[in-house]
Amino acid sequence: MAVPPEAAGQAADSQGQRDSGGVRKALQRRERVVIRFVGDSGDGMQLTGMQFTTESALAGNDIATLPDFPAEIRAPAGTLAGVSGFQLNFASNQIFTAGDEPDVLVAMNPAALKANLDDVPANAVIIVDREAFTEANLKRAGYSSNPLTDHSLDKYQVIEVDVTKLTTLAVKGLGLNNRAVFRSRNMFVLGLLSWLYQRPTQSTIQYLETKFKKTPDVLEANLRVFKAGFNYGETTELFTSSYSVPAAQIQTGLYRNITGNTATALGFVAAAVKSGRPLFLGSYPITPASDVLHELAGFKNFPIYTFQAEDEIAGAASAIGAAFGGAIAITTTSGPGMNLKAEAVGLAVKTELPMVITDIQRAGPSTGMPTKPEQADLLISMYGRHGESPIAIIAASTPADCFECAYEAVRIAVKYMTPVILLTDGQLANGAEPWLLPSVDSLPPINVEFRTDPNGFLPYSRDEKTLARPWAIPGTPGLEHRLGGITGENLTGNISYSPANHELMIRTRARKIACITQEIPPTEAFGEPTGGDLVVLGWGSTFGPIREAVKQVREKGKKVSHIHLRYLNPLPKDLAETLRKFKTVLVAEMNMGQLLKLIRADYLIDAVGFNKIQGRPFKVSELVNRINRTLEA
Amino acid sequence: MATALTRKDFVSDQEVRWCPGCGDYAILAQVQKTMPEFGIEPHNVVFISGIGCSSRFPYYMKTYGFHTIHGRAPAIATGLKVTRPDLDVWVITGDGDGLSIGGNHLIHVLRRNVDLKILLFNNRIYGLTKGQYSPTSEVGKITKSTPAGSVDFPFNPITVALGAHATFVSRTIDVEQKHLGETLKRAHQHRGASFIEILQNCNIFNDAAFNDVSDKGIKADHQLVLEHGKSLIFGKNRDKGIRMNGMRPEVVTLGQGGVSETDLVVHDETNLALAFMLANFDAPLPTPVGVFYATSRPTYDGAMNQQLADAKAKQGAGDLEELLKRGDTWTVN
Ligand SMILES: Cc1ncc(C[n+]2csc(CCOP(=O)(O)OP(=O)(O)O)c2C)c(N)n1
Ligand code: SF4
Ligand SMILES: [Mg+2]
Repeated sequence: MAVPPEAAGQAADSQGQRDSGGVRKALQRRERVVIRFVGDSGDGMQLTGMQFTTESALAGNDIATLPDFPAEIRAPAGTLAGVSGFQLNFASNQIFTAGDEPDVLVAMNPAALKANLDDVPANAVIIVDREAFTEANLKRAGYSSNPLTDHSLDKYQVIEVDVTKLTTLAVKGLGLNNRAVFRSRNMFVLGLLSWLYQRPTQSTIQYLETKFKKTPDVLEANLRVFKAGFNYGETTELFTSSYSVPAAQIQTGLYRNITGNTATALGFVAAAVKSGRPLFLGSYPITPASDVLHELAGFKNFPIYTFQAEDEIAGAASAIGAAFGGAIAITTTSGPGMNLKAEAVGLAVKTELPMVITDIQRAGPSTGMPTKPEQADLLISMYGRHGESPIAIIAASTPADCFECAYEAVRIAVKYMTPVILLTDGQLANGAEPWLLPSVDSLPPINVEFRTDPNGFLPYSRDEKTLARPWAIPGTPGLEHRLGGITGENLTGNISYSPANHELMIRTRARKIACITQEIPPTEAFGEPTGGDLVVLGWGSTFGPIREAVKQVREKGKKVSHIHLRYLNPLPKDLAETLRKFKTVLVAEMNMGQLLKLIRADYLIDAVGFNKIQGRPFKVSELVNRINRTLEA
Repeated sequence: MATALTRKDFVSDQEVRWCPGCGDYAILAQVQKTMPEFGIEPHNVVFISGIGCSSRFPYYMKTYGFHTIHGRAPAIATGLKVTRPDLDVWVITGDGDGLSIGGNHLIHVLRRNVDLKILLFNNRIYGLTKGQYSPTSEVGKITKSTPAGSVDFPFNPITVALGAHATFVSRTIDVEQKHLGETLKRAHQHRGASFIEILQNCNIFNDAAFNDVSDKGIKADHQLVLEHGKSLIFGKNRDKGIRMNGMRPEVVTLGQGGVSETDLVVHDETNLALAFMLANFDAPLPTPVGVFYATSRPTYDGAMNQQLADAKAKQGAGDLEELLKRGDTWTVN
């Protein structure tokens, strides 16, 4: 196909010209483009996607990404189980999601094509490595005939590129073995797409130079392949134009691209630095939480202690010990680990020690789908401990928001002397977006004041405003005291079996958690702040699709709003009153209706739920349809 | 230190609530008596326990204390010791707490060699839950949960500790006050995880479980006190010894059949193979008490703090502003 695809992005609204090496090609403008890179786990699709993301970020676009990892680390090559994907939405206006469906699908083999074709709309561009469509690969993917020749792809704009051959040509003479050549095919694709969308390539070149510093021949090969891909776009007749996606109008300042897990780790570091205390992380590896452990393990000089414990119980327990000693104590995990930590968290609730339990939610129950996101751990966070065991819960809504939420979780934990659960999920963890770097000075203070005065010291006396008990750490003369899980007498904490005292302590701890509402800013409804026909209520990673969907229906004149919660326990004081301003409350969640239950139970508001439990985020179109249907009902 | 510490400095105001006659009293008394000798002020001492009768211990010490959850004390203590190496941290556990529900944490804290003093009160029974058999109960133990006798083979706490490559492994007895005190001192001197199994009588649910080694009338013939560099001699008349018969230890009587002290095994705390052999002594061989094994290995808390110090020396103190800006950044004007 020689004509450049009109569908390679939305809204072509200008034409440009560009002179390059004698070949004149048109430059067309696009508002936003969604590209999905798919291939075998070994094809380097994640890296390609991340690099293209960096290039796009440096081009000033707004971006959102969604990686899709196969569950198996190394599934047999060429099979459906081994397909790895990376979707990227980059735009010259504000975007909230990685896009429902790709405008461009780059498929490195038949399995990758087959596994993703359902998501690709008619007229979309599909770029394939023609040579990968061998009989053997077709068979592995379960194709009985070659889709490139059997007309089954006629409704798409298929561009066949001999990626393998062109890669081999590019590195000719470097003496690389076939495997090494094959592994650099992704750089050809990256180069080609970089040309197609006129990305700045300097960051990729720098990245390669750093990565292959010690192997100059591999570096040379990758650079040559990358450039070959770029030049191929310019010279081949397959493409008669390239596209520009101009910089987005976004807030001024210094940006970096960030994933949720990195943002979470940095939020914890920032909180520790601001508090002036060392950070301790006790953790046991689990997908998709391990990266927070990996990140923090690299920042020892801050100082940060990372303890890879023997299990999740020890992860939480060691954090409790560190909190007792006065450190900023963190434990990180995902679903199954939450179950194991429950008893330790109960101890932190009872002894009122500050710590943050981070649950990077994944699809459950049991092992579930470890690499896929879900929001089904809200109720275990609320209630998943025996006894009356209230705890503060905070949920992040975007990758960059993980920074603020991690920071806030520590701040609340320390200020109120309580464990705090921080909820993110697999989508936030690995998804990326541009992050406007905060200035360190502007971060809210985290004041750690250890009790030192032995006069009148009582381990369970309380601050009037926060009901926090004093943080009295070992090593302080005159404050020797014993903490424990057994019900303790008010003020002294001495073992007590008094019935009235037991109830008093339970109610006091519950009141303390309720006090946290004073930290929560007024609830803001995006759309109709004073009320309207419908409000979509969400929490966590559904922020992007809900916001985009609400914007779309509002553009059609509908009075629809969006409220997104960061604080899930306690809920904002004004939430019930705000929700009551709307005729319909639609709670959209990636679970069976967990927030819905809380809203209905706590407020007696007849909210309705929209639920998806497929290990995949909501599509904007799904939400738009549901909103419209609800309005019509 | 301004004034010398006394026992009273370590006695809390809480009423001790073990059953009258429980071996835990003797252990508490000896710990409170020995602590002043370490010269560490009570505010720098922390006792951390799990759950069980034994784990009530911290309430009675006028130090910092933490009565935590069943089996997890070693993990909690690890988090504290790693971040607060300045503190003197003790772990109190029981045979159920440390070897059943908390077995995993115990072996890992020992192999990591976290600088903790770990006292395992072994009464070979679950005391607090009123008398079920424990992982150290002998096969055939008849309890409420095993009316026909237990069928599972018990753990030997010493071989568990040695198997986990603990760097200090010892055994003592609640009523042997002098030996208990000396063992506490040895354990405290040691840098790293010091493990003491204390044979403790639960007079309510498993009375006289250790009579052979604690009863004044008969103990001398059943108890073998290990002393580094000394021959393995025991018996009321100190005329019995341990000799190797090929690869097997045997009891011999000094002066009989030409046996003299030079034929006997000499205890060497640094010999792991010997420690294993002694730990596995079973009747008619005597029960060894004392230090089975002591070796020096870097501590986990020490090594981790060293890594932090090295990182700081190499990279300087952490700079948050710089950290946030790492990676590819760009400016939007
Ligand atoms: C999670 C949990 N499971 C069970 C119990 C009940 N429990 C308390 S102590 C104990 C056994 C204690 O035995 P041991 O460690 O030998 O201590 P002892 O009372 O003999 O000193 C059990 C099963 C508990 N407190 N927590
Ligand atoms: S039950 Fe046994 S171990 Fe527990 S306090 Fe009583 S005598 Fe001691
Ligand atoms: Mg016991």
